[in-house]
Amino acid sequence: MNTHAAETMEKKFVQDAPNSFEFNNENLKKVKTVLARYPKDRKASAIMPLFDLAQRQCGGWLPEVAIEYVAEYLGMPHIRAYEVASFYTMYNTTPVGKYHIQVCGTTPCMLSGSDDIVRVCEDQLGINLGETTDDGLFTLSEVECLGVCVNAPMIQVNDEYYTDLNPDIMSQLIKKLTNNQEVEPESQIGRKGSAPLTGPTTLTKGNS
Amino acid sequence: MPKLTIDNIEIEVPEGTTVLQAAESIGKEIPVFCYHPRLSIAGNCRMCLVDVERSPKPVASCSMPVAEGMVVHTDNERAKKARNGVLEFLLINHPLDCPICDQGGECDLQDLSMAYGKDCSRYTDFNKRAVSEQYLGPLIKTAMTRCIHCTRCVRFSTEIAGISEMGATGRGEHMEIGTYITKAVASELSGNMIDICPVGALLSKPYSFRGRPWELSNTQSIDVMDAVGSAVRIGSRGREVMRILPRLNEQVNEEWIADKARFSYDGLKSQRLDRPYVRSKGGKLNEATWEEAFDVIAKKISKLDPSTLAALAGDQADCEAMVALMDLMEKLGSPHLDCRQDGSKLEAGPRASYTFNTSIAGIENADYCLIIGSNPRWEAPLINARIRKNYLATGLKVALLAPEVELGYPIDYLGNTPDTLDKILDGSHLVAKKLKAAKTPMLILGQGALSRSDGKAVWALCAEIAEKYGLIHDGKGTPGEHWNGFNILHTAASRVGGLDMGFVPGKNGLGTLDILKKAEDGGIALVYLLGADELDTSKLKDAFVIYQGHHGDKAAQVADVILPGAAYTEKSATYVNTEGRVQRVLQAVATPGEAKEDWKIVRALSEKLDLTLPYNTLDQVRARLVEVNPLFDERDMLQRSAWKSFGRKGKVKSAPFVPIVENYYMTDPISRNSPTMANCTREILGWGQPEGRSGTDG
Ligand code: SF4
Ligand code: FES
Ligand code: FES
Repeated sequence: MNTHAAETMEKKFVQDAPNSFEFNNENLKKVKTVLARYPKDRKASAIMPLFDLAQRQCGGWLPEVAIEYVAEYLGMPHIRAYEVASFYTMYNTTPVGKYHIQVCGTTPCMLSGSDDIVRVCEDQLGINLGETTDDGLFTLSEVECLGVCVNAPMIQVNDEYYTDLNPDIMSQLIKKLTNNQEVEPESQIGRKGSAPLTGPTTLTKGNS
Repeated sequence: MPKLTIDNIEIEVPEGTTVLQAAESIGKEIPVFCYHPRLSIAGNCRMCLVDVERSPKPVASCSMPVAEGMVVHTDNERAKKARNGVLEFLLINHPLDCPICDQGGECDLQDLSMAYGKDCSRYTDFNKRAVSEQYLGPLIKTAMTRCIHCTRCVRFSTEIAGISEMGATGRGEHMEIGTYITKAVASELSGNMIDICPVGALLSKPYSFRGRPWELSNTQSIDVMDAVGSAVRIGSRGREVMRILPRLNEQVNEEWIADKARFSYDGLKSQRLDRPYVRSKGGKLNEATWEEAFDVIAKKISKLDPSTLAALAGDQADCEAMVALMDLMEKLGSPHLDCRQDGSKLEAGPRASYTFNTSIAGIENADYCLIIGSNPRWEAPLINARIRKNYLATGLKVALLAPEVELGYPIDYLGNTPDTLDKILDGSHLVAKKLKAAKTPMLILGQGALSRSDGKAVWALCAEIAEKYGLIHDGKGTPGEHWNGFNILHTAASRVGGLDMGFVPGKNGLGTLDILKKAEDGGIALVYLLGADELDTSKLKDAFVIYQGHHGDKAAQVADVILPGAAYTEKSATYVNTEGRVQRVLQAVATPGEAKEDWKIVRALSEKLDLTLPYNTLDQVRARLVEVNPLFDERDMLQRSAWKSFGRKGKVKSAPFVPIVENYYMTDPISRNSPTMANCTREILGWGQPEGRSGTDG
């Protein structure tokens, strides 16, 4: 059983979990906007954006109290909310480091070398998938396709994508993040969007 | 109505029918795991794949509605191959530990693997996943590694039981079924999840590793733990009841039973009375022979005036025993007998005045429900489940005038002041309007309201409400026919039968409460308790008490003579449920020791007293029952009883109703002696010291 499995296997009761949660005023305003999108008797539909707000407010993860708070906020049973929280890898039910490195391991990325990316991360950070470094800086996890297969292999760190990776680039990236340096997101080899690696092959005329 | 062809048979079915239902209607069996006719459709196991012409892929028949001109093959090569594939997938992670699995022999996965499985798997490079166990309380044992994620249990608990505690967490390979926090599933219907789980993931904890289905002999019987009269199948081995499962009865319990019916049978094994006892001068109960016990009784009775003799029938007394005791009392010349040991004020008057007239299945046609002095969830879990079923189907509005409880559907809580009924009757209460507006309104009157000192007034008041607001009518309702929305919810399996035969005080006779009172001051010198335990036995200290029953429970402690009777699993006997449905329990196992069937005991005693009752066989007693009331001949049927006004008006007091069932898990001698029910009381209700969970189980 790999560590990723171990991580999602059991709901962990986290040691330093907060014992209460409430949306702050700023988020409460956002919650209002979100709720306005759904009919009143269907407000459970708002659970995903609300979880996202809660997760951000809690520093990147959803403690049990926040899950329950959102469930009660939307008038749904706790288990229904927990099902959602545990289904999506975007919700972290355990605390994560400052940088949450999510390596895509789905087929296109895997064929383009995501295993090597994982290895670099593990070696350099000294942790396995599903773990957090002791300094609390990095959490490493494997996720399913993030939708930029053309620029495979790729990772997501917090809200940003870093694509067109190779082991060297990955290693540099970790160093920069460790030293708190700015890294431009998106393609790490200067590719524009998903344009062909060899440069444009069509619409080559004109000023585009 | 769309026409389609299934396996070359052309049929026409109503719009919205699924392919699976259409196929079943012409007798084609399609294998399923997740589909269950009483649950919502999930469509997640894919076992029901069929081949539909012009469809590029096989189709999940359980969730595919029929369409005009469809040509379906349920059993061709393509369908079979698709199912082979599904099964191979399901078995990738399944442990295949059938030899040590309690489900073995009655497992859908086992059966379908025989039908569709391959003899080996192509997925040999993978380690099977292991899933940690769930703790679901004292009734359900889990082996979650065997779970195939059909989500039947999740749908059962949310839809039928009305508790959202089970769920599926994680996804893909990491999906797991369980509860949110580790805790016992708090539903009185939880045991049914064991039945609907198609594999051995959810199992009966008390039955675990006790037996194999093919070793058990099955007896079709009726449950007597409440007055619903659920159909059950008693599985026994030798002299031991091994387990109790539900049997299908659409009219009563559909295919569910309540946890007390399913799990209290281990109470049949402890504290049993297996021989007669006689109390010595020194106050000690000594073993005796039947002869000696009868002698003591005969000697005592010969010295007493008939007007000082009394008989009380308990909640699980069967009709045969009651009619025999009733006849004996008549021969003895005493009018003091009662089958209402809780002091209920119901009378043996018109039948409609003491039965559940709407019928259990009829609840589904109600469009308004007023519950008075009752907690149906504890008094009759399956009636509560029907109410919920109606709520789910039509959004039934339910109002509750009783101690506040969580029933599993939204209620309009009216508080707990009985005089609210006056306001409903005079029309000044909001409920009056709702009752008037409803086409098929019903009210449920519980024993909590009827066993009070003003029970008679409450009863009469409710009858007036029923008459005034059209709860009883011919044909203004949706079903378009007779509607009677006046319902008495009984908690005692014996009660309706007792009232049907008139096991109530005769002319100048005393009822339960008076008998107890007189027993204290000497007016009553001898009390014959036919399994009557749930009464204030401290009042019986001075009387000579004969206890005939199966458990050394409350009443046996004050008894002077104990006559060992049979529990409901050990006799063939008649019970009438709260609807007035005459049903039979059948003998599954032998009585322990020298215990005898109850009517036989009374018959034998009558001979000793020189008052020999005129029946020698069970058939003759039953003929006597029919003679007393011809209704006893109409088995398993519902008799519509004509409505006649009844009851006496009186003042309803404002004192709040009190619950008649204080602890669902312990209501009678059997369940009070059941270790499993004791565990439920402790762990589910949280009464008493929480037991430390043992390391080996759960
Ligand atoms: S535990 Fe049983 S009923 Fe529940 S999802 Fe698993 S296989 Fe289905
Ligand atoms: S496979 Fe990695 S982004 Fe799609
Ligand atoms: S029975 Fe149809 S998908 Fe499970």
